[in-house]
Amino acid sequence: MKILTGNDLRSGAVVWWNGSGWSLFVDDAVDAGDASNGEGAEEILAREEAARRVNVPYAIDAAIDAGGHVRPAHIKDRVRALGPTVRRDLAVPTADKTGWDWVI
Amino acid sequence: MYQYDSYDQAMVDARVEEFRDQARRRMEGRLSEDQFKPLRLMNGLYLQLHAYMLRVAIPYGTLNARQMEALADIAEKYDRGYGHFTTRQNIQYNWIKLEDAADALADLAKVEMHAIQTSGNCIRNISADHFAGAAADEVTDPRPYAELLRQWSSFHPEFTYLPRKFKFCVIASAKDRAAMRLHDIGIRIVQNAAGETGAQFYVGGGMGRTPMIAPLVRDFVPIDQLITYAEACLRVYNRYGRRDNKFKARIKILVHELGAAECTRQVEEEFAHLLSVGVEPPREELARIAEYFAPPTFRHPSESWDLEQLQNKAAGDPSLRWDDGFGLWVRRNTHPHRTQGYVSAVISLKPVGGIPGDATADQMRIVAKLAREYSFDELRVMHTQNLLLPHVRIADLPVIWAALDAAGLAAPNMDTIEDIIACPGLDYCSLANARSIPLAQRISERFAQTGRTEVVGELKLKISGCINACGHHHAGHIGILGVDRKGTENYQLSLGGSEAEDVSLAKITGPGFDEDGVIAAVETVTDVYLDARADGERFIDTYRRIGMEPFKEALYG
Repeated sequence: MKILTGNDLRSGAVVWWNGSGWSLFVDDAVDAGDASNGEGAEEILAREEAARRVNVPYAIDAAIDAGGHVRPAHIKDRVRALGPTVRRDLAVPTADKTGWDWVI
Repeated sequence: MYQYDSYDQAMVDARVEEFRDQARRRMEGRLSEDQFKPLRLMNGLYLQLHAYMLRVAIPYGTLNARQMEALADIAEKYDRGYGHFTTRQNIQYNWIKLEDAADALADLAKVEMHAIQTSGNCIRNISADHFAGAAADEVTDPRPYAELLRQWSSFHPEFTYLPRKFKFCVIASAKDRAAMRLHDIGIRIVQNAAGETGAQFYVGGGMGRTPMIAPLVRDFVPIDQLITYAEACLRVYNRYGRRDNKFKARIKILVHELGAAECTRQVEEEFAHLLSVGVEPPREELARIAEYFAPPTFRHPSESWDLEQLQNKAAGDPSLRWDDGFGLWVRRNTHPHRTQGYVSAVISLKPVGGIPGDATADQMRIVAKLAREYSFDELRVMHTQNLLLPHVRIADLPVIWAALDAAGLAAPNMDTIEDIIACPGLDYCSLANARSIPLAQRISERFAQTGRTEVVGELKLKISGCINACGHHHAGHIGILGVDRKGTENYQLSLGGSEAEDVSLAKITGPGFDEDGVIAAVETVTDVYLDARADGERFIDTYRRIGMEPFKEALYG
């Protein structure tokens, strides 16, 4: 699946496209590779950046794991999803019980 | 230390307001990211993995207590309570919001600081020997010359859009504590046989994807022609540097392709031309700057102790723990001072298992207080990601150590395998391929737990999370480079580098390792060293004597 990510323009926080807006939680990310709703990833990216809701957004590969969680394919995006692995006290809160096991 | 005049302050204040307007226009949508990016980068504002990152310049690593307190306040007010001191003697904040960035810059400007030219293809923050003005072995304090270069290079219209970024380093001793020859231009202030002060120019060094040691281009530039010669070097580079290929655009590539002799010829030709034009600042300006760096009024030696007296006093106080506490810190973390009765004291930002270079706001305030009370209001940031109290009375060391120890800042590990340089790596940096910090944490823990730190002695280990080499891995006795191997972290090990006066570039041992594997490999390498070392040999000495093969044999069999 393709999901969309970027950084919030004003705060710089990592955000994920949830189908109607931008969420701090990667688990909220939806498949943007499916254009069946009439709007593909490129259109969403262009519209959202033009509206200044997000900075330099882009599409990445991801998958849904056995627990139903969204997992970015590349390690860099997995680190982005939760925060620095060495400062877990600063991490994005997540309801994911597996914690950080999937990041590295 | 240097204090802004009205021109300095006006320039910095004006830049803050200019950036405030630019940021506002970006947030209002009147500037696109493509338009805004070069503007924010000119003010040190990057967009990293998790957020905007602000890099603040600390010229030649020198700052006072008030400035350190301002850095602490910014960490709390605009960031998440901490900052990261870098291998360029700067500080970075990892969580700055765009909507707060101009306010943070305004707060910096109030204490004569800024983030100008901490990014972009311009002349970056000038670095220097962190012991400048204090070291027993220096010819003179190199900082007045570094400050003159800073003023010359700030907003220099001709050098605002160079082919690539450009880094100066200035030292004034035979010992190199600043990786001088691994800069675009390294300058060593020297005195000739006639007692005249001048500058040696080393041009075309650097790390990154193509590491090179700068060759000597001129062995004596009269000091009143320092800026003219620097300008000649920059002009040649600006004219012929490769703008067609980012990866070949640094001056080291130009020097390599031209050859040192031809490069020197061109620089000398430009130098002769510039001498006829007259671009050197008036000598009075250097004299004015130098006044700010006049040595403080040190106390008479009779009012302090020497190190033997210190040991005698401390040995009678069990709370100081001479063998493994205070005494170990004195032996490891103090450095000879030019003035009898004084030393320079290194404040380690490398606690065992900690993040190299990170300091909390509270720690910054404690350090500032110590500087104000015990070091003539002076602090230094070291390129090794530690801090320094440059002028400390030996008699004051016990109370300083006690304060540092209580704050988690007294790790006695300068120049040991626990004193690891590590870039932010994949935990923070958008360019990184692998994490650096966890390796540093685990290696320092491993060696501390096994007690091998003391046994191994001086060993400089440096870790970079990508080929850009911010962690100086090319110059490590042991270097580690993180790479991306099919989406997983992999680490190349290299041996034999040095950034000191015996400068050399490390060589890769062979195939890379995963995280656990590279930590084990570091232990293996130190095993080989301990088995082979002769009396008094450091790791690098043994490596140079026995070569790579015994290490490769142990690593790969």
